Amino acid sequence: MSTGTPTELRAPERRGIADIAPRLEPLIIPIGALLGGLLAFSVFLVLLGKSPVDFFGLVYKAGFGTAFSWQNTLSRVAPLLLTALCVALPARLGLVVIGGEGAVVLGGLAAAVVGTALSGAPTAIGIPLMMLAAMLIGGVWIGAVGALRIRRGVNETISSLLMAYIAIALLNHLVEGPFRDPASLNKPSTAPLDPALRVGELPGMDVHWGFVAGIIACIVAWVLIERTTWGFAARIAGGNIRAAQVQGLPVGRLIVCFTAAGGACAGLAGFFEVSAIHGSANGSLVSGYGYTGILIAFLARHNPLAIIPVAILLSGFEASSGLIQRRMDLPDATILVLEGIVFVAILVSETLYGRFRIFTPRAEEQP
Amino acid sequence: MNETDLGLWAVPLAMIGGAIRVSTPFLFVSLGECLTERSGRINLGLEGTLVFGAMSGYAVAYESGSAWIGVLAAALAGMLFGFFHGWVCKLPKVNDIAIGIALMLLGMGLAFFFGKPYVQPQAPDLPAISFGWWSDISQVQAALQVNVLFLIGIVLTVAMGWMFRTTRIGLIVRVVGDSTDAARSMGLNPNVVRLLATGAGGALAGVGGAYLSLYYPGSWNEGLSSGQGLMAVALVIFARWSPVNCFWAALLFGGAGALGPALQSVGISSGYYLFYAAPYVLTLGLLIATSSPNRALESAPGELSITK
Repeated sequence: MSTGTPTELRAPERRGIADIAPRLEPLIIPIGALLGGLLAFSVFLVLLGKSPVDFFGLVYKAGFGTAFSWQNTLSRVAPLLLTALCVALPARLGLVVIGGEGAVVLGGLAAAVVGTALSGAPTAIGIPLMMLAAMLIGGVWIGAVGALRIRRGVNETISSLLMAYIAIALLNHLVEGPFRDPASLNKPSTAPLDPALRVGELPGMDVHWGFVAGIIACIVAWVLIERTTWGFAARIAGGNIRAAQVQGLPVGRLIVCFTAAGGACAGLAGFFEVSAIHGSANGSLVSGYGYTGILIAFLARHNPLAIIPVAILLSGFEASSGLIQRRMDLPDATILVLEGIVFVAILVSETLYGRFRIFTPRAEEQP
Repeated sequence: MNETDLGLWAVPLAMIGGAIRVSTPFLFVSLGECLTERSGRINLGLEGTLVFGAMSGYAVAYESGSAWIGVLAAALAGMLFGFFHGWVCKLPKVNDIAIGIALMLLGMGLAFFFGKPYVQPQAPDLPAISFGWWSDISQVQAALQVNVLFLIGIVLTVAMGWMFRTTRIGLIVRVVGDSTDAARSMGLNPNVVRLLATGAGGALAGVGGAYLSLYYPGSWNEGLSSGQGLMAVALVIFARWSPVNCFWAALLFGGAGALGPALQSVGISSGYYLFYAAPYVLTLGLLIATSSPNRALESAPGELSITK
C-alpha cells in the first residue's frame, strides 16, 4: 500500500529497476507463495505415488483446456467472486469477516421468498426486486457485524461466524416450516420459481449472468477503494484506526458501509444460486462458498481486481475435481487439500514482505 | 428393562443424557482452546484438528483393534496441527486468525483425503460406564450411560483450573497471555510458551474428535462434525476463559443441541433447528451485552487478538 515515497517525491525522473521493484513486491510474493504451495502439494502427491504432472495436466484439461472446460470453470465463478468481496471489502478496513456463508444463505432465501410472492410478475420487475431483497438482507446481516464492532466492540470474526450458524438454522427452520412447498417431499424447499424469474445464461454460452454481475461487482469495488475519497479514507482507517479517528474520518460509518457492501455482494451470490442454479431455496444453499471466498480474498490480498483471476483459477481447480477422481483414483477431497496447502503458503508468505532488499526503495542513495 | 411411557418427563431426561453425550467433544475442544487462548493466541483451526483427530483416531483404532490407541493417535495428530499453528504464528506479520482458517481447511481436506477407505469398516468403540443401574427404566439407563472420556474430561477440567490458579506453569501461561513484555522481562520466551500451549490445545481437540468417531455418533464419515471445533472458540468466550466454566458451557451447548431431538421424541417437531441455534444466539447475546468499544472483555487475556 504505502511504500516509502521520498524517492518518488525527490527524483521523479528516475525510472530504473530500483523504482519498479517496490511496486512488484505485492505481485511477486503472492505468486511465489502460490507456486510454493503448488510445489508442496506436488511433493504430497509424489509421496503418495501419484504424478503431479498428470494432476496438473488434468486440471488444465478439465479447467482451462477447451472452450467447454472454460465454460465449466466460468459457470462456477460467480459465487466465488461475490463471497470473496464479502471478505475483501471489510478487510480493507482491517476487519476479518468470515461469515459470508450466512449472507449467501439468507440472500438466497430472501430471493426465493420474494420470487414466490411475485409469481406471475414480468421478468423486468421480478428479477430486480429479488436481487434487491437478496442484497438488502445480506447487507443488513453483515452490516450488523460491522455495527456491532463499532458500537459495542464485538469482535467481527466471532460475531460473523456465530451469525452464519444462526442464518443456516433460520434457513432450515423457514424452509421446513412457514415457507415450505408441500410438494417438496424428500428435500424441503420453497416453491419452485416461475420460469420468468429464473436468470438465464449468457448468449451462446453455458454460463449464467451471475458471472457478469460478479465481474462488475469486483470492478466497482476496485474503483470504490482505489479511486474515491471513501476508499482512500477506508484505506487509512485500515492502516491505523486511531490515526483515522484523529483525522476526523467517519470510521464508524465506513465500517458499517464496507461490511454492508460486502454482505450485499454475498447476498447477491445467494440470489444467483437460487435464481440461476437451484430454482428454489433449500439446504443446497449451504455449500461452503463463503469459506472458499475467504481463501480467494486472502490469495488476492483483498484487491478486488486480483480476485477475478484468483477466483477463476480456483474454480478451474474445482471444475477438474471429477476428472481427477476418475482418472487418477484420488478422492474428491484432493482439491480441498490443495486449497488448504496454498492458503497456508500464502499466509506464511506475509512474513516475507520487507525482507528482500531489492523490493525496498533506496532512499539513502541520493547524491 | 422395559420401555416406560414417561410423558413429558422424557424431555429433561433425554436432555441430560444428550448433554452428557454431546458435550464431551465440546468440552475437550474448548479446554484446548482455553489453554491456547490463555497463552495469548487464538487457534480457529481446531475444527480441522477435530475432524482430522476423528479420522486418525478411527483409522488407528480400526487398524490396531484398540480404541484407546486410536485416542492416543488422535491426540498426537492434533498436537502436530497445534505445533504447526504455533510455529507459523511466531513468524512476524502472520495473522493467527487467518492461519487458523487455513488450517481448518487443510485439516478437513487431509481428513477426508485419508479417511475415504475408513467410511465403511467398523472400529472398536470406547467403553462407557453405566450409572443407571439403580433404575429399571430403560430411558434412565440409556441417559446415564457415561463414556470414560467424559469422566476424564471432568478430571482435566478440575486439573486445568487448579493449574491456572496455583501452579507455576499456570502462572507462566497467564503472564504470557496477559503481556508479552512482562513475560519477556521475567526471562520467559513467549513464543515457546505459546507453541506448547497451542500444541497441547491441539492434542485435546484431537481427543474430542476421537470421541465423535469412536463413541458418539461412533463412526467416521465426512459429515461427522457439525462445527463443534468452531463453536468451541465461541464457547471459550462464553466461559470467560475459565476451564470450570468451559465444562458448564459445554454441558449447556450439548443440552441445547439435545433439546431439539428430545422434543421431537415426544411429538413436538417444530422449531427443531431454532433450538439447535440456541447456543449461537446465547453466545452472540452475551458478547453484545458484555463487550464495550472502550475496553477489552472482562477476564480476557491481554494479548488475545480477538478481544484487544
